[in-house]
Amino acid sequence: MQVTFETIGNHLITKLSGELDHHTAEEIRERIDKEIATKSIKNIIFDMKDMNFMDSSGIGVVIGRYKKVQKLGGQAAVIHLNSRVEKIFKMSGLFHIVKKFKNKNEAIERL
Amino acid sequence: MSTNNRMHLEIMSKSQNEAFARVVVASFASQLDPTIEELADVKTAVSEAVTNAIIHGYEGGDGIVIIECILRDDEIEIGIKDQGAGIEDIQKAREPLYTSKPELERSGMGFTVMETFMDEVKIQSQKNMGTEIRMIKKFRSCDH
Repeated sequence: MQVTFETIGNHLITKLSGELDHHTAEEIRERIDKEIATKSIKNIIFDMKDMNFMDSSGIGVVIGRYKKVQKLGGQAAVIHLNSRVEKIFKMSGLFHIVKKFKNKNEAIERL
Repeated sequence: MSTNNRMHLEIMSKSQNEAFARVVVASFASQLDPTIEELADVKTAVSEAVTNAIIHGYEGGDGIVIIECILRDDEIEIGIKDQGAGIEDIQKAREPLYTSKPELERSGMGFTVMETFMDEVKIQSQKNMGTEIRMIKKFRSCDH
């Protein structure tokens, strides 16, 4: 599991690649929270392009980060969803709190 | 339906074994030639059940998780068993968004995921004796 960050304005683009499960969730969560804490971030955009696997532990990570940025007055979004991760998002009702966009330009423009 | 093949696997309750367990089960299931989508469903459900045994059964401590798979004509039956704490209220555990460990940032969607992706999910549990989850997935792609 890998995570890389890009900051554009007050948007934190979090690119996740690999498999997000209970084992990898903790490290990913800590790394994202450190970014949010040390940079002036308002919105978080998850880039799921290279996400190969996600289970309910991943849902927990997304909900947790959503709550964080919400406290900062921000929003959470997701881009480049593949059909598998989309299935998990749909099933868990994540789209009620996380907006879906095609790419980062669209997300930045509309958040 | 008769049993065509079976396997039995014991792993320590370590989180790094979650990926191992789901890959092994998916690899075994692939003998029935399911679709990629069906295999991903099985992988996700196994991940949930094994994670459940590690976090809730053994509460992060050492224990053994037993995984059993039975292949029949067009379906796989998967049993995932621990000898840990057991589930006090199975009905509650099955509710979407319910988690007994909110401090761990669990989504409470584990059983919902299993029920969504598998055709049948049965839970047997006894306090301090352990939990067994048995799931069946039918592969519609199998034309026998």
